[in-house]
Amino acid sequence: MTPFSGLSLFLKGLGGQKGWQRQWRSPEPKPAYDAIIVGGGGHGLGAAYYLAAEHGLTNVAVLEKGWIGGGNTGRNTTVIRSNYLFDESAALYDHALKMWSDLAQVLNYNVMFSPRGVMMLAHTVHDMQVAKRHIHANRANGVDNEWLTPEEAKAFCPPLNIGALRYPILGAALQRRGGTARHDAVAWGYARAADALGVDILENCEVTGILRDAGGRAQGVITTRGTIRSPRIGVAAAGHSSVVMKMAGVELPLESFPLQALVSEPVKPVFPCVVMSNTIHAYISQSDKGELVIGAGTDAYTSYTQRGGLHITSHALEAICELFPMFRRLKMLRSWGGIVDVTPDRSPIIGKTPVPGLYLNCGWGTGGFKATPGSAHVFAWTIARDEPHPINAPFTLERFTEGNLIDEAAAAAVAH
Amino acid sequence: MLLINCPYCGERPEPEFVYGGEAHIARPKDPDSQGPQDWVRYLYRRDNTRGVHAERWRHTHGCGRFFNALRDTTTDHFLVTYKTGEPRPDPAKATP
Repeated sequence: MTPFSGLSLFLKGLGGQKGWQRQWRSPEPKPAYDAIIVGGGGHGLGAAYYLAAEHGLTNVAVLEKGWIGGGNTGRNTTVIRSNYLFDESAALYDHALKMWSDLAQVLNYNVMFSPRGVMMLAHTVHDMQVAKRHIHANRANGVDNEWLTPEEAKAFCPPLNIGALRYPILGAALQRRGGTARHDAVAWGYARAADALGVDILENCEVTGILRDAGGRAQGVITTRGTIRSPRIGVAAAGHSSVVMKMAGVELPLESFPLQALVSEPVKPVFPCVVMSNTIHAYISQSDKGELVIGAGTDAYTSYTQRGGLHITSHALEAICELFPMFRRLKMLRSWGGIVDVTPDRSPIIGKTPVPGLYLNCGWGTGGFKATPGSAHVFAWTIARDEPHPINAPFTLERFTEGNLIDEAAAAAVAH
Repeated sequence: MLLINCPYCGERPEPEFVYGGEAHIARPKDPDSQGPQDWVRYLYRRDNTRGVHAERWRHTHGCGRFFNALRDTTTDHFLVTYKTGEPRPDPAKATP
């Protein structure tokens, strides 16, 4: 792998951008690996990278049934923040946020992390109380978050309408360290860096069964490209986690819903930050390409279709047009859905499973992208050492039986 | 937007309905005798089926009644809707 640098980009530019190499190999599956990751999204590719980079496990394969980054990694709205209410969540998401800051340097790949600030609007007295509770809880956990008056919010985001609205803006909570990143680059950067350390990335390789020995221990997987054996299997299959884990006889407390997003036609830079509104449900930012990236809600019913109802997206656009009247004549370019796996307490599950040798990273629901580096990092730790990292120790599968829920359901920034 | 065939009112657009989650999950008849494993199964574990899924809907902005449906979660196509209390139909014989 040739490292990227300013000089290499400049020289390739002079040469007409010719001579770039493939960024990762496309190998044939080996019969056995030291570890297998099921799911080639950001969380899975990142876990493979950290297994190789930090735990010395380089004989690793990532199995992806489609193409890498083609699931939720390429379908989210790229928002990054860590202003979660509970101590366990703040530790997990802030672990990720700290890793975002130098991820491009670590991977030698520009993930375009842009900490431009995430502003969450308050429209009612209840919103204000919830926002301030979050601000105080975040500060106690060392996570930055501050209260803005409507005028300060307008100064931070000039397109915002703070005039007479059906749900007037009473203030906002701002996390300045939050922002966005280029989601595809996260998958590609991890894939390239993992491949350079010897990890095999196997695309078009769908897992159809999980092999277990007489003692119940996971031994390998059956795939559309043959049987692959491994003593350690990490499942990071997002919306399809229930489907994969059922192959090993493990039932999960998950439901998979379509979550929709859409982008506008590209325009010149008009929108300086990320704005989210829980109450009237919309969130928006502008990509470096110029498109406004808009997040809608989940559809009501479970589905694996990667599409949803038009009334969900039109509802989000009504809110956007109310908050930012300047966008009312903007055309929408495309919309899509991703399948998100939602837990009863809206917190993820990262850890061991009842099947020895089988590890699980799922349940990120509507907000997994922001956690990608942190999630991948602690998941790799869990797989390599057969015990959870202190940060993911509370996020067990057993917490639903024990009653130790991390109930961000009512505390999430956006109601889905 | 889905078109849903309420067994009482006929076909109506999806915004008239509220989704009620997986169907045929019975609350334990004797709650006191249930252990944590039983409760987690009743409260939290879901089939999350990729394929034909039995689920509850409520015609909130119509007759207000709950009913059940078989829907293919890979296409969102409804195979059949049926009244609460009726057994789950055989998907092979179901007609929408």
